[in-house]
Amino acid sequence: MEIGLNHYLVLSTILFAIGLVGVMRRKNLLLLFFATEILLNAVNIAFAAISHYYGDLTGQMFAFFVIAIAASELAVGLGLLIVWFKRHGTIDLDTMTSMRG
Amino acid sequence: MENLLYIALFSPLVSSLFAALFTATPKKQFIGIIASLLIFTSFVSSSFLLAEILITGTPVHVEMMTWMATGNLYIPFGFVVDQVSVTMMMVVTLVSTIVHIYSIGYMDHDKGFNRFFSWLSAFVFSMMVLVMSDNYAGLFIGWEGVGLCSWGLIGFWFHKEVATWAANEAFIMNRIADLGMLIGIFLVYWNTGTLQYDGAFAAFATLDTATLTWIGIFLFIGAMGKSAQFPLHTWLADAMEGPTPVSALIHAATMVTAGVYLVVRSNELYDLIPNVGLFIASLGAFVALFAASMALVNRDMKRIIAYSTLSQLGYMFAAAGLGAYWVALFHLMAHAFFKALLFLGAGNVMHAMHDELDPFKMGGLKKKMTATAVMMTLASVALAGIFPLAGFFSKDAILESAFVEHHFIIYSVLLFTAGLTAFYSFRLVALIFHGEERYKLFGIDPHEAYKFMLIAMSPLLLLAIIAGSLKMTYYEMVTALLPATEYHIHNHLVYWIMTIGTQLFVILAIVYAYKKYANSKVTVPDGTSAMENSFGYKLLINQYYIPYFYEEYIVKSYRELSKIFWKQVDLKIVDATVDGIAGVLYSTGERTRDMQSGNLSTMLKWMVAGTIGLLSLAVVFGLAVRYSDAILAILSGLGV
Repeated sequence: MEIGLNHYLVLSTILFAIGLVGVMRRKNLLLLFFATEILLNAVNIAFAAISHYYGDLTGQMFAFFVIAIAASELAVGLGLLIVWFKRHGTIDLDTMTSMRG
Repeated sequence: MENLLYIALFSPLVSSLFAALFTATPKKQFIGIIASLLIFTSFVSSSFLLAEILITGTPVHVEMMTWMATGNLYIPFGFVVDQVSVTMMMVVTLVSTIVHIYSIGYMDHDKGFNRFFSWLSAFVFSMMVLVMSDNYAGLFIGWEGVGLCSWGLIGFWFHKEVATWAANEAFIMNRIADLGMLIGIFLVYWNTGTLQYDGAFAAFATLDTATLTWIGIFLFIGAMGKSAQFPLHTWLADAMEGPTPVSALIHAATMVTAGVYLVVRSNELYDLIPNVGLFIASLGAFVALFAASMALVNRDMKRIIAYSTLSQLGYMFAAAGLGAYWVALFHLMAHAFFKALLFLGAGNVMHAMHDELDPFKMGGLKKKMTATAVMMTLASVALAGIFPLAGFFSKDAILESAFVEHHFIIYSVLLFTAGLTAFYSFRLVALIFHGEERYKLFGIDPHEAYKFMLIAMSPLLLLAIIAGSLKMTYYEMVTALLPATEYHIHNHLVYWIMTIGTQLFVILAIVYAYKKYANSKVTVPDGTSAMENSFGYKLLINQYYIPYFYEEYIVKSYRELSKIFWKQVDLKIVDATVDGIAGVLYSTGERTRDMQSGNLSTMLKWMVAGTIGLLSLAVVFGLAVRYSDAILAILSGLGV
């Protein structure tokens, strides 16, 4: 069986769903970052596959941008996470409710 | 000349604004002095203008600036000093100068001293705008200005409930009349295309009588409000709650005569519609009698003088309505002098008696207040129209014009009223200054007013005595503008019988008043005497039950109606709608604030839910657009 565009898109969708559930269910901030990473990479797979399918490099370029931005975002996020952990000794999401309305 | 005009017009404004700077500070004597000086400046400028008019006879006309200019509408801020307006300017500035100086003494101990002068000067400015404007729009501005200042001054002691009530009553009654006046002004503009006096008067000749009649009626409604003619008269007596100098200036000498001024100013209009003129004259004669009858029994010194003012305004309207405009204006002038004097004298008495207003509780005051007694007696003689004081010449001219015009009913009503006038004036004088010293029963120790107040009043006394001799000079001046009809009774015998008869009648009334009220048997009425229980007395003391009627049938029903609108319409519809919108927003916010738990997982869940919601909407709309033809077919099959 040849691997086609559909397979990639299904894989992307499954990964995105996993990421989404992770984002909603996880209470650990570090694992939340993991879940975000899964979400972004699910989209990257879709970009690359569709780009290849159409023979247009724009989608792959977009994937590179996403990777670069995800990396920088993670660097900032991890920095904040460490500071938070040093202050409060926990990275449980349920304890972070200072923005309560 | 233009500069003189501007000085005369604007120095009261400067005075008002200057005094207004100090309204929040304690009493400052110099404010009264500076305000008086500025008003006096205005008086001096007006005198120069009068001299100019007397010598050259040409009016001074200036156009200060354009006020409104859109399309065909052009209304400038224009001012004119002609024979009619200069008369009014002289009366206004002279009386207001005297009242300003008098008020320095009268308001001596009042906390609102500075505020009082600000209002009083503002009034003078408005009145000057009213009389000097060369068009109906400017006149209306002044008209509203004097109404506002009158409101502020009647309610000057706003801590008294009754004063604020009277102020509102005056304002609202004038508002009703001003609507009529405004309609009249609109009609003038609509039919003539201009509001300038000269342009409008020239165009009146080409209009048909029905239109002119409507214009005349509506303008006169405005005049009825300002001059307190029946049935809008109740506010004038209640306006006596204001400080007495205010009553002297506004509610005797100047503002209330604005209605007469309007009719005199529009003489070319009223000449074309003699029927309306006759109505004005009849109403004037009726009010003269009606007000005089109420003054007969009243027990409030200021109200008696107020009714007397009302009655004299009736005389002026009677003259103006019969086409004797210059006579009306002459009586206006003479009346301003002796009535202002009478009010200021009453102010002295009030001060001496610690604000006691019931003349029955006074008596014998001539010993303590000789100067005031002399002034008030002479003012009353002038008011009664005894030769050779001012009132004789002006009132006699009105009687003669009614006689010459063959309106004998009006003539006899006015003649009878002249007798009543003499009676109630001297009833007041006798009760205050003669007889037993009844004030001793109430433990009051009266004292004469400050000397400078008495000196300030003396020019009025002088004019009340000699104004009559100016009659022919005045006639020659003012008839350059007004119809020059001399009202002479050609038959000498009739003339002498009439004049002497009138004088005898008036003197008899005075003697009767003295006989009845200047003796030692007068006591403070306690409501038990036969006269006080008679029907006529009750009718008169209750002002023909007209205030009662207004209160019972108009005010109360209006209040009920307002209550219904308030409870049913305002609360249940308008407020409910607004409150409902606010309530929905508020409760939505209250219920959805739980979303803002601050918990990141919860918020992310909401975000996902929102994304899914938007996506599904996009899908639904996309499908609907794609299959719109099919959906429309199904819907039409269902009969939608």
